[in-house]
Amino acid sequence: MTYRFDYSWIAEYWPVILKGLVTTVELTLIGTLFGVALGIACAWTRSLGPRWLRPPVVAYIELIRNTPFLIQLFFIFFGLPSLGVQMTEFQAAVLAMVINLGAYSGEIIRAGIEATPRGQFEAGASLAMTRFETFRHVVLIPALQRIWPALSSQIVIVMLGSAVVSQIAAEDITFAANFIQSRTFRAFESYFLTTGLYLLLALALRQALRGVGMLLFPRRAAR
Amino acid sequence: MMTFTLWDILRNLLLAARWTVVLSLVSFIGGGLLGMALLYLRIGKAQAGRMFVQGYVELFQGTPLLMQLFLAFFGLGLFGIDVPAWLAAGLALILWTAAFLVEIWRGCVESVARGQWEASASLGMGYVQQMRYVILPQAVRVAVPPTVGFSVQVVKGTALTSIIGFVELSKAGTVVTNATFEPFTVYGLVALIYFALCWPLSKSSQILERKLNVAHRNH
Repeated sequence: MTYRFDYSWIAEYWPVILKGLVTTVELTLIGTLFGVALGIACAWTRSLGPRWLRPPVVAYIELIRNTPFLIQLFFIFFGLPSLGVQMTEFQAAVLAMVINLGAYSGEIIRAGIEATPRGQFEAGASLAMTRFETFRHVVLIPALQRIWPALSSQIVIVMLGSAVVSQIAAEDITFAANFIQSRTFRAFESYFLTTGLYLLLALALRQALRGVGMLLFPRRAAR
Repeated sequence: MMTFTLWDILRNLLLAARWTVVLSLVSFIGGGLLGMALLYLRIGKAQAGRMFVQGYVELFQGTPLLMQLFLAFFGLGLFGIDVPAWLAAGLALILWTAAFLVEIWRGCVESVARGQWEASASLGMGYVQQMRYVILPQAVRVAVPPTVGFSVQVVKGTALTSIIGFVELSKAGTVVTNATFEPFTVYGLVALIYFALCWPLSKSSQILERKLNVAHRNH
């Protein structure tokens, strides 16, 4: 049998899709920024920070990495209000993304830090830098450079994973797709179109992250 | 109003967790078999096969699993097939798993030093023999830890099938929440059950990595 695609609804519904696209991009940007910052903090704690802080950080990382993002999202949005923490759908979605990316990027960045030759720390110390200054000026940037490709793919994975925030009614691309299919009953068309949108977004994000990498690490030696 | 004890909640969640386990196994085994077939094309000599697999991987790694589930669920319906949620869930997860496994495994095959190919060629081995006796045994050793590690992603991926209506652990969490009005407890327990399923896999992946690497160094 042949199926006839019907995209006549696009004229009416493209603003909904555009709004969804903007929301997904916003979520990704904010989530990435704070998520990677949290990841750097975790990586510092695990490899160089005070010993008493390490067990809670390890517990956080293991817990997040071994549970589905969807459940983390539900726990934050539905579960936390019973402790008196109320938030909007968007805030809950961002928080879930930050917490999720924080755990994954923490592990990735730690690998970068631990691949730093010992001599680098000693060199920092010999310049009378404190441990934190050495980390900040000597270790962190080369470590980030080393793991940038892995970190980039993780950020793309988190962006794609954000599709489930539609389940708490955050109005992202998937939310737009669900909205359109409930109004027009053109389920396949709306999901087909939005899937293509995600694919483009993933390609664009990967290019953008490559660009950010080149800005952050201009012509630095790999080691 | 009916009251639910903690045990009532936990028992219902554990019963539903069976389906998470079944779906994970189906996806992982099915995805593994499909992944092997794709790997054969990906590292083969035919250009068309390699490009096909590259496109396949790009498509399935570059779009959300949730969208793939929706498309499987609604897409097959277009052809007049009545798609039950479990079929769409299994199909989408198998396709998705294969896309990741083929990339992981390709990396492992390519990690085998070029000299190994040349050495086996100099012994007069053909392509199949090189693969069978020299390359794959070494690649498999490298592949085990990341493959076990990826199984965690599969278990977590099954959570999304709740959205198209497959009743597994996550869906049960939602249903039980709606009955008990205790989202904090229920989703907390759901998270703990997922953790109990995934953490042993993560841990064994780490242990295997250490073991196989040590063995490798002693060679």
